[in-house]
This record gives sequence, C-alpha cells and structure tokens, in this order.
Amino acid sequence: MKLNLKIWRQKNASQKGGFQTYTVDANTHMSFLEMLDVLNESLIAKKEEPVAFEHDCREGICGACSMVIDGQPHGPWKGTTTCQLHMREFKDGDTITIEPFRARSFPVVKDLVVDRSAFDRIIQAGGYISVNTGQAPDGNSIPVVREDSSLAFEAAACIGCGACVAACPNASAMLFVSAKVSHLGLLPQGKVEQSDRVLNMVKQMDDEGFGRCSNVTACEAECPKEISVANIARLNRAYLGAALGSEKEV
Amino acid sequence: MSWFSHFLNSSIGQKLIMSLTGLFLILFLVVHLVGNLQLLADDGGESFNLYTRFMTSNPLIKTISYGLYFFILLHTIMGIMLKRNSQVSRGPVGYAVKKTRAVGTSGLLSSKMAWFGIIILVFLILHMYQFWLQMKMGATPMITYPGHEGEYKDLYSMVIEAFKDTTFVVIYVLSMIVIGLHLWHGFQSAFQTLGLNHKKYTPLIKWVGKAYSIIIPAGFAIIPILVYLSH
Repeated sequence: MKLNLKIWRQKNASQKGGFQTYTVDANTHMSFLEMLDVLNESLIAKKEEPVAFEHDCREGICGACSMVIDGQPHGPWKGTTTCQLHMREFKDGDTITIEPFRARSFPVVKDLVVDRSAFDRIIQAGGYISVNTGQAPDGNSIPVVREDSSLAFEAAACIGCGACVAACPNASAMLFVSAKVSHLGLLPQGKVEQSDRVLNMVKQMDDEGFGRCSNVTACEAECPKEISVANIARLNRAYLGAALGSEKEV
Repeated sequence: MSWFSHFLNSSIGQKLIMSLTGLFLILFLVVHLVGNLQLLADDGGESFNLYTRFMTSNPLIKTISYGLYFFILLHTIMGIMLKRNSQVSRGPVGYAVKKTRAVGTSGLLSSKMAWFGIIILVFLILHMYQFWLQMKMGATPMITYPGHEGEYKDLYSMVIEAFKDTTFVVIYVLSMIVIGLHLWHGFQSAFQTLGLNHKKYTPLIKWVGKAYSIIIPAGFAIIPILVYLSH
C-alpha cells in the first residue's frame, strides 16, 4: 500500500516547525511504528534526516510512543498505543497527518518527540510509597478488600504516556494524576501517605502548567489503558478531604 | 497566602467554586420557574403581582438575591479564568487535525461551555435591563386588588407586553435552548467535580441532569410561547 504522510518536522525546541509530506510503501501487516521505520530507512538512504519519534517496548506497556495520528493521540483504535496500531486500519492512497502531543507542559524536543519529564516530577512529588528495605513481607499479611484491589489494579494500568493531556482541550493531567493517586491510595500500604501525596502531586501538576479539568472525558476516550474518569472524581474527593480534613498545609 | 487561598487557587479549588456556584444557580432556576409559571394563571396577573411584591420586599429573599448576583458574577469570572487558563495550557501551537472523542453524551458539549456561558450572560444582561431595571427605575403602572392593601406594581402587564414581541420571544426561546445545553453538561459535571462519581448513584445523577436540562428550560420557554400565541 502507498501512503502519503504529513509529518510535523521541527529541528529542536527553539526553532519553528512545520509539516512535510512524504510517501511510503507499507503493507497491512506492519505496525504503525514499523511503517515509520521503513520511512526512516528510505530517508537515511537518501541522506536525509530521519523522523525522530519515541518508542521502546513496542508491545503497549511502556508508554514511550506518543504522537497524534489524524487528530487522535495513539491513533484511531480504542485502548491501544501507537505501537499496537496496525496499518490494516488504513487504505491504499490515504493521507495520514502525524503531529507531536501538544501542550505547554510537553514542549517539543524534536519532530514528534516531546519532553514529558513534567510527569516524572509529578511522580517525584508523591507518586510512590515509602517502604523499608529488607526481606519481602508475606504476601497475605495485610488484608486488602477485593473491590479495592481491582480498582487499584485498573488504575495501575496507567503507563504515563500523556495521551490524556494531548487529548484534553484544557491540556489537563488530571487522569494521569488521579490514576496514580488511586492505585496507591486504594491499597493499605499507600493510605498512610495519601494526604501528603494528593496535596503534593496536585501542587506539582499545577506548577507544571497543566490545565484545569472540565470533565470533557476525552482523556478516558483516548487512554490506551482506558483509565476511567471515576478516578478523577476520586482525586477530587481525596484532595477536598486532604485540604479541608487533614492537618497538612495546602 | 493562607492555606485557604492556596486551596481555592488550586486547579481543583477553582473547579470547586465553579461547581458550587453552578449548583446554586441550578436551584435558583427552579424557584424562578415556579414564580414565572404564575404568569399563566387566569386571574389577570393578581397572583404574579402579589408574588413579585413578596419577592422584592421580603428581607430574607432580598439577602439571598444579593448572594445570587454575587454567585453569577463569581461563576462568570471563574469561567473566564478557566477558559484563559486552558488556552495558556494548550500551548502556542495547536493541532492541524483534531478529533475529540468523549465518553457519554455530555463530554463534547463541555468544550463549548464558555461560549454557552457568554451567550447566557448576554441574555442575562438583556433580561435584567428589560425587566429588573424597568421595575426598579422605570415608571411601572400601579394596580390595586380588592382584599389587598395598597398599590401593586403591575409587572404582569409589563411581561405580557414584552411576550407579544416576536423578536423577543425568539431570542428568549433560543436562549433557553442554550441554557439547556449548558445544563446538559453542567449538571452532572458539578457532581463529578465534587468527587461524587460512583456506580451506585452516578446513573441517577446523569438521568436527573438530563431530565432537568430539558424540563426547566422548556418550562421557561413555554410561557412566552403560550402568551404570544394567545394574543
């Protein structure tokens, strides 16, 4: 199949970018990233600069691949990452527009690569639990309610790719933060630090310049792990509780 | 800054203000509609004029009405701030192609909330000028009712007169549709912001929200339509 690609090219963060059009020979069995590999090989053969894009595991679990394909983060398939999208979705002769994730807090590094370290700093602010090192404790020594462990597990499926921010008309990171707050806070080991976690992560999220959630739910619709916006309500509850109910300063 | 202003200035704090003021305005709409429905009573405007006297003279109602003006203002200012914040957070370069998918039926309306809000604000200014300001400043004809002491402002005739104007009725009905769309998202969104999202009661909130955003604006719109058709 022959495809026309309209790809955002940008040399670096300080220079202005723009779209360039390429044609590529792909076949329907390729993944989207393999199709870009083919394009890059042809560009290298012509001594042109290959298109920079992020990738790592290529099996939908690392959260490295990003890009917005025809207006949707991770492309048109529901509940999949870019690396899991296959070319059978497209038809011969199609034009595909490929852009980087757009948000003030995700500045473009090069071409389709954006700097998502804002998410790392939010995690550093409280997305962890403090445990003593040493031998692993017995698996069943702390009872966990079955429903809570299921909800925590669903939230823990978040791979931190940033598609929620890319999809949100407000560039809000609430789905990401709420997934982390839910997956840790629903479990007994994470409950101890929940007030600190919620206050610090929300503060960091605000400081990074992410937008305010207006319950559009585009984040859930585009999330490759289909994380529910019910987590955002849980974060709102936890934040109100921590701000108004705990001894902690806001 | 104190912890409280930090809290109210946080992203979630600002949304909380939006949610609580919105819920207050939602409650206000019911009270307003109950009052308006008296325009349809077949008594030459007596019940409506007695009611407006009560609403403009009762000290408790007057106090609440100042709260109402304050909350409308707060909801508007906060809404503008949130829209501005969203534009800044989106960054300088937009998408060349953008498809927005959402979960459920209200999500896609939510990105239009600011526009709906601005239309509603324009309608409110017109509304306040036409009725409230005329009542306060203009020369309203007076009327007396047997069994009731003193003279009453004949707001009934003023409203009925306005509802005979085609342009006014069209603007009024269109504004009610916009209020319905604003409520369609706003009602259930207010509960989500308060953290009230649970499989036990969220389906009920969504159902009531949809019913509310049809019934209340339809209730307001039906009055000028009936008055217009019967004159």
